[in-house]
Amino acid sequence: MNIAVLLKQVPDTTAKITISNEKVDESSVSKWSMSPYDEYALESGLKLKEISGGNLIAITCGPERTKKMLTDAAAVGADTLVHIPNDGVTDSTHVQKLLAAAVKKFDSHVVLCGKQAADTNGGSTGPGVAELINAACVTLVSEVNFMEGKFTTIRPSNSGTEKVVVDGLSVFAFDKGSTELRRPNVRGIMMAKKKPIESITSSDLGVNLEASNVKMNSQDPPPEKPAGQKFEGAEYVNEVVSKLRNEANVI
Amino acid sequence: MDFTIIAETNGDSLHPTTYQLIGAAASMGSNSTVICPNGVGASEAAKINGVEKVISANGDCFNIFDGGAWASAISSMCGEMILISASPNGREIGSRIAARKDIPIIQDVVSMTEGITVSRPIYSGKAMESLTISGSAVITLRPNAFEAALAENNAPINIVDQSADVRIAIQEAINKASERLDVTEADIIISGGRGMGTIENFSHLEEIADTVGAAVGASRAVVDEWGMPHRMQVGQTGKTVTPSLYIAVGISGAIQHLAGMRSSKYILAINKDPDAPIFGVADYGIVAAWEDAIPALKSALSDLQS
Repeated sequence: MNIAVLLKQVPDTTAKITISNEKVDESSVSKWSMSPYDEYALESGLKLKEISGGNLIAITCGPERTKKMLTDAAAVGADTLVHIPNDGVTDSTHVQKLLAAAVKKFDSHVVLCGKQAADTNGGSTGPGVAELINAACVTLVSEVNFMEGKFTTIRPSNSGTEKVVVDGLSVFAFDKGSTELRRPNVRGIMMAKKKPIESITSSDLGVNLEASNVKMNSQDPPPEKPAGQKFEGAEYVNEVVSKLRNEANVI
Repeated sequence: MDFTIIAETNGDSLHPTTYQLIGAAASMGSNSTVICPNGVGASEAAKINGVEKVISANGDCFNIFDGGAWASAISSMCGEMILISASPNGREIGSRIAARKDIPIIQDVVSMTEGITVSRPIYSGKAMESLTISGSAVITLRPNAFEAALAENNAPINIVDQSADVRIAIQEAINKASERLDVTEADIIISGGRGMGTIENFSHLEEIADTVGAAVGASRAVVDEWGMPHRMQVGQTGKTVTPSLYIAVGISGAIQHLAGMRSSKYILAINKDPDAPIFGVADYGIVAAWEDAIPALKSALSDLQS
């Protein structure tokens, strides 16, 4: 089975985001990490591989720095590393076209990804790629099983959760689950350093991207809140509760 | 500008977000066509101001949620600008429609002005981004960020039969153990962090939640280290919430947590450390141990209810 896992490198969730000249300053990001939800997709991909055998293809679309994340994925067990160079494409519909073409090129049977990336917080990639490769898609899953030629998974429902079975080519978009993520061992890290990364450009993939209809005007810090009222001691609870009722009108 | 709105439902009636989607289109000076999958909420939608027509899209393909099937059944009825709720299902259908039509999708928009220029939080609210869209697009709107339209209208309803291939089947429905309110749906949230000492102490927060009809949330530390369910986690790798009142108890206010709750309308922080970063975003801060503040809060809130 060919298991494609779509990964994105993002500023670590503990990193401070600084803005300069109305744009997020990427050079000031202290640490880049694999997007947290993607880690769960990768873990599930590795488990699928252990159960049914196969080839785990880690695919990312991003600038040069993202190659390190692919090597990190290899250290825990990714077999094939694919980097689609991208320095300027931000329109998610465009990124989906590149990823979908790579997924097809490697003849993938199943595609795993995070429910959204921790930078853009969109959630468009999984279902968008599914549409382009004519696959079913289940989002917000926390584990995927393969039995008797079909994938099963658990997703949230209105009344709790539901176990669903999916037919044919499928995309699964992962939420954070209770699954423990594996950590690389020394041997894995050493082997990963030697693992080649295939760079595949948009023209290799036969994808011709037109100019986007979306223009970014600016990126700004979130609006500042005026300083709040602070009280020392539990004896002020009653006063604060009456302010919540009379000033804020929220209770 | 011609707006198509895909109705968000609770299962058998319109979700309040649908009124906000229609209100957002109306604020741009536009009437809208509302598509109701499986006809759910069609007669209710016809009464909302700003609605020109309702399309009741009926078909077996809507009996289960399969974003691929829904997008395939709905897509051809959509006009140039498509508005959907930035709920999980809305985001999924929107992404599918955008990919299908080869148009951009902008997710989780919190404001929209002529142009069309929109703004949206990025990095879980650590920054905001302003974008201008030319041409056709799908836009998902964050719940509670737009004024709801009123209902004094009487628009026509067209019934359309649709079909699509459904690829997902439910094998087993597993019902929720607790009937506690979900943090993304609640108007008041009371969340606890590591400062609560042990997971058992969350029962004190639950008692307050029951008094005022609030949901109980948790910080990442409590979820990761004490095994609290992930659905309760507020923050960058959990839920992003925008309640009217967010009460943070024993939460220091790590950057990941602030990202998930800072756009709450009002924030009350209770923490014994006067320098905790949570006080930086709080409208009201009480420097006290939870053991002292929570019983007082509980009795003050109970007094208000009675």
